[in-house]
Amino acid sequence: MIPRIYIPGDSGALALGAEKVAKTIAKELAERGIEAKIVRNGSRGAYFLEPMVEVATANGRVAYGPVKPSDVKSLFDSGFLKGGHHKRWLGAPDKIPFLAKQTRLTFARCGINDPLSLDAYRSLGGLKGLQNAVAMAPLDIVKQVTESGLRGRGGAGFPTGIKWKTVLDTAGDRKYIVCNADEGDSATFADRMIMEGDPFVLIEGMTIAGIATGATKGFVYIRSEYPHAVATMNRAVEVARKAGVLGTNVLGSPNAFDMEIRVGAGAYVCGEETSLLNSLEGKRGVVRAKPPLPAIQGLFGKPTVINNVISLASVPIIMDKGAAFYKDYGMGRSRGTIPIQIAGNVKHGGLFEAAFGMTLGEIVDEIGGGTATGRPVKAVQVGGPLGAYFPRALFDTPFDYEAFAAKDGLIGHAGITVFDETADMLKQARFAMEFCAIESCGKCTPCRIGSTRGVETIDRLAAGIEPEKNLALVTDLCNTMKFGSLCALGGFTPYPVMSSITHFPEDFKPAPTRVAAE
Amino acid sequence: MTMQPASTEIASRTAAIVQELKDLEGPLLPILHGIQEEFGHVPHDALPVIADGLNLSRAEVHGVVTFYHDFRAKPAGRHVLKLCQAEACQSMGSDAVAAKIKQLLGIGFHETTRDGSVTLEPVYCLGLCACSPSAMLDGEVIGRLDDEKIEEIVAEVRS
Repeated sequence: MIPRIYIPGDSGALALGAEKVAKTIAKELAERGIEAKIVRNGSRGAYFLEPMVEVATANGRVAYGPVKPSDVKSLFDSGFLKGGHHKRWLGAPDKIPFLAKQTRLTFARCGINDPLSLDAYRSLGGLKGLQNAVAMAPLDIVKQVTESGLRGRGGAGFPTGIKWKTVLDTAGDRKYIVCNADEGDSATFADRMIMEGDPFVLIEGMTIAGIATGATKGFVYIRSEYPHAVATMNRAVEVARKAGVLGTNVLGSPNAFDMEIRVGAGAYVCGEETSLLNSLEGKRGVVRAKPPLPAIQGLFGKPTVINNVISLASVPIIMDKGAAFYKDYGMGRSRGTIPIQIAGNVKHGGLFEAAFGMTLGEIVDEIGGGTATGRPVKAVQVGGPLGAYFPRALFDTPFDYEAFAAKDGLIGHAGITVFDETADMLKQARFAMEFCAIESCGKCTPCRIGSTRGVETIDRLAAGIEPEKNLALVTDLCNTMKFGSLCALGGFTPYPVMSSITHFPEDFKPAPTRVAAE
Repeated sequence: MTMQPASTEIASRTAAIVQELKDLEGPLLPILHGIQEEFGHVPHDALPVIADGLNLSRAEVHGVVTFYHDFRAKPAGRHVLKLCQAEACQSMGSDAVAAKIKQLLGIGFHETTRDGSVTLEPVYCLGLCACSPSAMLDGEVIGRLDDEKIEEIVAEVRS
């Protein structure tokens, strides 16, 4: 058997030098006259070990990482093609603690094989959900998704099945499935990993959504900052079309479904579902007022399901293993698993899929291993630029939509950014306002003007000008933005701002005191 | 700097792109991406051609082009360096990285060096948040920027 070497082609691995490692290994193979097949897989998500190279041996996969080009010669000398020992040796990848502790449902296949091999996808359980769905009545599919308890993973947490039911019940000569892959939140990369590492699961999920609601056309709107995801998705759609997974007869059934990949143009606000729809239509990405709901009047005025990548990619396993199987994981009203993305100043950064219910402290300290710099953790921001900053005092909060809301925070797309003690929370609060000002679509006043005034007021606070008055002003402004904005950009910017002020008041003391205290 | 094509040439090349893509559902963004790929920016002279092809007003097309950060009114430098300035990268010192690169290149964000070699831009998240601080040079991703990698980048864009 020809040895197989797996080297990730995922952007995260590429950013850490996977391409050079692949070239060096290919060169070394040629020089030594060894015949081997190099497979470019996705990433399993343990980014602190990337580039993680795996070899298939008689006793299963053996992983090595993080591999540098300068390690390659010695890897060959140590007989890594047979799993030989080396300083980068990690053993069986699924036994690596960071990966072994996870519950991988949505990411079950991600990073294991060539993302564009439909045979590999099938051999690892792919297409079983769709196979079941084509034999079911649309209403039964919707019921199964509803019963699974799946909620929108993009951040809002709206029950996916209920959204689908509305689209199913709304008459329309044409309906659409739109996948929101405009993953703009800092600390999030789950959508990117799925699109680069297991694109067929997204295609399968969208096709099931189409059959369930009577939609025949799908769009994936991917942000332009993800060129590798765009390329992989485009190729995967081609493969799926050729294999009859997409087309006029999905898997040989009478159901028709096809899809297109579309690329955004650098506007953060297009992650908001209604501005995404406007953008797809070729308009400015300005937010629409709701109602009408996109489920009733969405893309081009037609009934539209708009779901996040992870919501759609979680559907195949629900249709394969059943609603009860999925619902069995989790806590309270947060059912199933959630891919937590541990990012920023953290020792063991990466994607950690787990059932809802782990505490923030377990995730940051135990799984993440604390900060990369080795300094104490000061704050973690959960849910991207619009999420709250939590201090250590709130580390007992369980990962659950309602538990986070009860502490004036949000899970969002489940990204966590860790900051060490050098973080200046006034600066972070200012950035939240500044970011909102840069990215505001301009439609509503609280967001458009409020964010700019917010930056100015925080600057006055930093300069020690009338601190009490200005603090009261920021608080009042946040209240206006929270309740007066049309969408989550203006409406949630107060979360990072107010949480910084509430949990880290010392950082907002007038400048002279701050200097004296240091 | 690359030579700017004449306006008649812009019009004919734009018309070809419009013709190729106009039957898509919601064709304007794909057309604008196509034009930017063709010219390196979205030339002013392309706008009336698009408006005409899609039966839109020039004002509508102008409004869309200027809404999105990606579309440039002028050509960029030979290289485009994007530095992530979002929270995850901030937590790993992206401010200092940006300051150093600005100093080495002698330009700020949204500026191009005088010799036209490089345009520097901020970007808010490349999805490399477990590999911070990160950057993108001409579409290639770079993670865990340190002094050594910064110097490599600067040397590459200057060569």
